[in-house]
Amino acid sequence: MVDQCWPEIGLATVALLRHAGCEVLFDPDQTCCGQPACNSGYQAPGRALAQRVIEQFERARADALVLPSGSCAAQIRHYGPLFAGDDLWLQRARAVAERTFELTQFLHQRGLGSVPGRFAGRVTLHDACHGLRELGCHGEPRALLALVPGLQLVESDQADACCGFGGTFAVKYPEISVAIADRKLDAIAGLGVDAVTAGDASCLLHLRGRLQRRGLQLRTLHLAEILAAGAF
Amino acid sequence: MGQHLPMEQFDRNARAALQDQQQRQALLQATLLFGERRRAALQQVPEWEAWRSHARAVKDHTLAHLDRYLEQFASAAEARGTQVHWARDGDEACSIIAAIARGAGATLAVKSKSMTTEEVHLNDALAAAGVEAVETDLGEWIVQLADEVPFHIVVPAIHKNRAQIAELFAQTIGTDRAADAQALTAAARRELRARFAGAGLGISGANFAIAETGSLLILENEGNARLTTSLPRVHVALVGIEKVIPRLADLDVFLKVLPRSGTGQAITSYQSLLTGPKSLAGDDGPEHLHVVLLDNGRSRMLAAAVTRQALACIRCGACLNACPVYQQVGGHAYGAVYPGPIGAVITPQLLSPRKAHQLPFASSLCGACREVCPVKIDIPALLLHLRQQAREGKAGQPPARRRSAEALLFRGFAFVAGGRRRFACAMGIARWLQRLCGPLLHRLPPLRSWRQGREVPRLARHSFRARWRRQEHRQ
Repeated sequence: MVDQCWPEIGLATVALLRHAGCEVLFDPDQTCCGQPACNSGYQAPGRALAQRVIEQFERARADALVLPSGSCAAQIRHYGPLFAGDDLWLQRARAVAERTFELTQFLHQRGLGSVPGRFAGRVTLHDACHGLRELGCHGEPRALLALVPGLQLVESDQADACCGFGGTFAVKYPEISVAIADRKLDAIAGLGVDAVTAGDASCLLHLRGRLQRRGLQLRTLHLAEILAAGAF
Repeated sequence: MGQHLPMEQFDRNARAALQDQQQRQALLQATLLFGERRRAALQQVPEWEAWRSHARAVKDHTLAHLDRYLEQFASAAEARGTQVHWARDGDEACSIIAAIARGAGATLAVKSKSMTTEEVHLNDALAAAGVEAVETDLGEWIVQLADEVPFHIVVPAIHKNRAQIAELFAQTIGTDRAADAQALTAAARRELRARFAGAGLGISGANFAIAETGSLLILENEGNARLTTSLPRVHVALVGIEKVIPRLADLDVFLKVLPRSGTGQAITSYQSLLTGPKSLAGDDGPEHLHVVLLDNGRSRMLAAAVTRQALACIRCGACLNACPVYQQVGGHAYGAVYPGPIGAVITPQLLSPRKAHQLPFASSLCGACREVCPVKIDIPALLLHLRQQAREGKAGQPPARRRSAEALLFRGFAFVAGGRRRFACAMGIARWLQRLCGPLLHRLPPLRSWRQGREVPRLARHSFRARWRRQEHRQ
C-alpha cells in the first residue's frame, strides 16, 4: 500500500530511520506480508507470501525489520500459527518476529530525542487497531509527536475506535464499514483539527476516501510524514 | 413468539438496521454508556489483569476436566435433593422441562432471564405443551410483549427508548401513553407480581454451577430471579455444561469480573445461591428443584483445541458493547441467540457453519472484543480460524465453496506478489488501467463496493520502489 499508493510514507520512513542513525536497506523483492489473504480465510496463499518475507529478511542479514504499519508488523510478529506443525519454518518465523518493529515503537525504543520534521497545525491521532491492540502501540506515537515543533496534538474520545476498514470487510460490508468510519469522522470533525494522523496507511486511505466523498476538508497524513515533514 | 431474522442474510439484516435511525441512536447511547461504566469500574481495581488471568485459568482447568466436574456437580446436587437431568440438545432439554411442567401440573411458568432457554426456544416448546411462560426480567418481558427476540445478551431491550416502551405497554397492558419510566416500571411490577403468585413452575438459567456443593449461582439486579427461584413450588434451571466451576471459592473471582464487565457494577444487586430444594416446611425455596444440563454442541466445541476457549465465555456482553459492528447494526441483524463478536464465534459452532457462514466475516478484526473480555478469549483469532475453515475447509474436509471469484483473486494475488518482476508488471498494468479506464474499473465488484460511500485511492505515479531505485542510482 505504501509502495504503490503512498510512496511518501516510505521516503519519510527512510529519512526517520537515517535520522535515528540507522543504515537503511530496502529489498525490492518484497511485496506483501500476506495479511489480506490470511484475514480473508486463505491461509495457503498467505503462507506462501509469509515465507517470502522470512527468506528476504534472512537474506538481508539486517538487525531489524521496521515497517511504517502496525498492521503489517503485527502480522509478521504473529506468523507463528501459519506454520503450526512445521518446526523449521516456525523457528525461522519466530526469529524474524523477534526483530520486527512498527516504526514509532522502533524509533521510541532507540530513544530518539528529536525528529527531523516540523509541522504547524492541530493534529489528532487515530490509534490504528492492530498497532494498538496487538503491539501495544499507544504512548510511542504520542511521545514522538510531542517532539515535532509547531504541532499541537488534540486527542479525540474516539481515538482508539476502529476506522471501519478491516481489509475485505470494507468491501464485504460497505454500509457497516462506512457507518463506523462516520462515527469516527464525526468525532474528529468537532475537534477543529487540520489533519488526522495514524501509523497505518490503510486506515488513512479508508478515512480519506470517506472524507472526500463527504466533501470534508481534513488532511490525512501518516505519522512518518509528520515526523519527517519537510525533511524527505 | 418472536422470531430471529434469517442469519444467512446478515448483510441484508444489517443494511435494514442501519436505516433505523431511532434504534441506532438508542444503541449507540447504550453501548457507549455501558462501555464508560465498565471503564470507570475498572479504574478502581488495579488488580484487573490478575483477575482476568485467574478467571481464565479457572475456566481452562475446568474445561480440561469437564467430565469429572460435571459428575461431581451432579452427585453433589443429587445428594442435596436436586434432580439432575442431562440433555443432548435443545429438543431434549425442552421435552424434559415440558415433562417437569406437566408433573407439576403447571399451566403458568415464570422465568428469570436465561439466554440458554432462548437458545433452545423453550418458550415455544412450552406453549406447544400448554404452558404459558412469562418472562419476569423487565427487559426480557418488554421483548416478549413486543413479540421480539433479545437484542443483547445482558440488556435485552437495549434498542428501545422510553417512548416506545410506553407505547408498547399502552397497547398490551393498557397503561397511559404518557407514563414516565417510574410509572411504567410500577405497572410492570404489578403485572408480574400477579404472575409470580399464580405460577406453578419457576424457570431460570444459571451463571455458575458449583461442582463442590451442587449449587447454582444466579446474578441479577431486579429481584425477579430471587422470586422465580423461591415462590413457585417447583423450579427448573437450564444450565449449559460449560457453566460448571470447581469450588465455591472459585466464585470469588467471577463475582468480581462479571458484573464489572457486564454493567460496570462492582456487584449485582442480588446474588442467589441455590443448593437443593427446601428441606423444612418453613424454609424459602422450591419443594422440588431440577437442573437440566445442556450440551447442544458444546462438547463438539470442547473437542477442538482452538475453539475450546469460546466455552470460557461467562456471557457478560462486554464484547457486544465494545464492538464497532454491533454498535452500528445491533443484535437482531445477527439472526442468532448470541449476537456480537462472541456470537459470531459461538453460533457457527453450536448451529451449522453453513447457516451462519457470514458471521465470522462480519468483523473488522479491530480486537476491541479481546481487549474487554474478562476471561481473555482471543475472539479475533477464533474468527480467523472460522474464516479459514469456511474458505479452505477443515482438516480432511473440503470447504463449502471451493471455486469462488474471491478464492481465485487471492490465489492470483499470491502469484503476482510472489515475484518482483510479476509484481512490477502487474502494478504497471494497474496504473495504466486506472489512468485510462478508471470509471470502468469502478464498476467491478471490489471497487464498486468500495465506492459505496468512499472515493477510490489513486495509485501513485511512481511507486516507492521506483523512487528508491532512482535515489540509489544517484548516490
